[in-house]
Amino acid sequence: MPAEATEKSTYKIPIGPIHPALKEPVMFEFEVDGERIVDADVYLGHVHRTIEWTGMRRNPVQVLYLAERICGICSYCHPMSFALAVERIAGIEVPERAEYLRVVQAELERICSHTLWAGVAAHEIGFDSVLFLTWQVREKALDLTEYLTGNRVTKAITQIGGVRRDITKDMVPKIEETMGFLKDNFGKLKKIFLDDKTFKMRSQNVGVLTKEDALKLCAVGPTGRASGVKKDVRIDQPYFAFSELDFDYVTPDVLTGEVNGDVYDRIIVRLLEVKQSIDLIEQCVDILSGMPEGDIVAEPKIAKLLNQLKKAEGDGIGRMEAPRGEVIHYVKMDGHEHPYSWKVRAPTYNNILPWIPMLKGEQIADIPIVAASTDPCMSCTNRVGIVQDGNRKMYSGEDLHELSVQKTRRLMQ
Amino acid sequence: MKFSMIPQVLSQMLKKPFTNKFPAKYIPSSVTGYLKDVQSGKAKMIPPVETPEGFRGKIQYDRDTCIGCKLCIKVCPTDAIEFVPETKKIRIYLSRCCFCSQCNDICPKDCLSMGDEFLLADTDKYSSDLIVE
Repeated sequence: MPAEATEKSTYKIPIGPIHPALKEPVMFEFEVDGERIVDADVYLGHVHRTIEWTGMRRNPVQVLYLAERICGICSYCHPMSFALAVERIAGIEVPERAEYLRVVQAELERICSHTLWAGVAAHEIGFDSVLFLTWQVREKALDLTEYLTGNRVTKAITQIGGVRRDITKDMVPKIEETMGFLKDNFGKLKKIFLDDKTFKMRSQNVGVLTKEDALKLCAVGPTGRASGVKKDVRIDQPYFAFSELDFDYVTPDVLTGEVNGDVYDRIIVRLLEVKQSIDLIEQCVDILSGMPEGDIVAEPKIAKLLNQLKKAEGDGIGRMEAPRGEVIHYVKMDGHEHPYSWKVRAPTYNNILPWIPMLKGEQIADIPIVAASTDPCMSCTNRVGIVQDGNRKMYSGEDLHELSVQKTRRLMQ
Repeated sequence: MKFSMIPQVLSQMLKKPFTNKFPAKYIPSSVTGYLKDVQSGKAKMIPPVETPEGFRGKIQYDRDTCIGCKLCIKVCPTDAIEFVPETKKIRIYLSRCCFCSQCNDICPKDCLSMGDEFLLADTDKYSSDLIVE
């Protein structure tokens, strides 16, 4: 037998952009040695929708609804961060009652997102009966969202300078009832997710992200916290009414006393955050029912608000702790009707690079659960894809750097 | 317990399914045939889950109160509203509408409101059901 035929070598498997194991278009290239992953690479850019470009041709009130469509699950935190940035530019003061209402909506979105994730995680390891049970619980949270905002997914509750709908006294019993239901079922879900042998087998010591790697690769949100990185925009730089509320960082050592940074820890963090969100909503509803009814928006007349925003000049950043981590919106206005610049940094952007250390050394069958454990949202993330005159053009690193330098200079002018 | 989902699955066998079986318990062999049967009263449709108060469904337009100020066109995020210069009234294309109800908020005469109808699928985007005027 010739010598080269017996030589062991690795081979590459491409997965995606469209693949049954993936919920959204992303392409992986794995270098595998037998069943073991030696190296992983990620290719993005399949769902770029030119949202920022479109936003620069709309007035800020129209952009709110465009921002809402960046992501279906984070359909509250994207428009809200945009609103925070615009409020900073125009110097709009948000009424106190609206600050608490904003917290209620933000935490309700977190409950919906984390329970959705928990169901998907169960599905990825092939435990579909848990998916159905989790989504049954989530359905109640969605019903409450529909009751409070008028729709289940695209909430359209954001307004620059406040929120669009109030929580009146007669709405409180429905909120309390749903929170009671969620609390009752939380124990059940926690037991299934954290004690069941199937989950433990598939998630413990799988997809480990060390604290050093998490810090080095700037992991955000639950992915970072599960590796022991105590980072949470709600506590570090409080926005809305978060500074008035009582809560703390959720890291896995709260429950187990140790941090491993594996998939199991990410399940713990997300489940405990659901509990924390229920608690925060209850605190807010208590405060809201004790508060006299007042303004929920700084300027109720939209035409007047648009005129005010037309005159606004300057730039601002809106930061929020979205369910997946920190989301940043940068907006620059130059005294025109439309924003001069709008840039979105979604949390998944930071949580993509941590995939590589997580996946190295794992088996091919672990790819779906490890990839899903960061709760990726591809549509939020895709920002660069260039098609010019029908030709697809790839920019090299230097080209992009040069373009970036040019843009900074342009913005500085 | 080692397999904590087992009691849950067993108890679920005795419970009613959580899912609302809309529009029929089993998939009909022909959907259009089934809908015709429903219209003629031969079959009964299982109703969808009720929408709460304040739900944003199909837009309602009070043509007589409208003064043609075009403010709704200014805030519409999807350009779903068209101004008809001859009558000085508006026309709303629901196939473009994103149901945000921003036009309701800005209307100085309150002639726009959101209804509760949401089953609006159609094969023709210019069908008379999808144009409000």
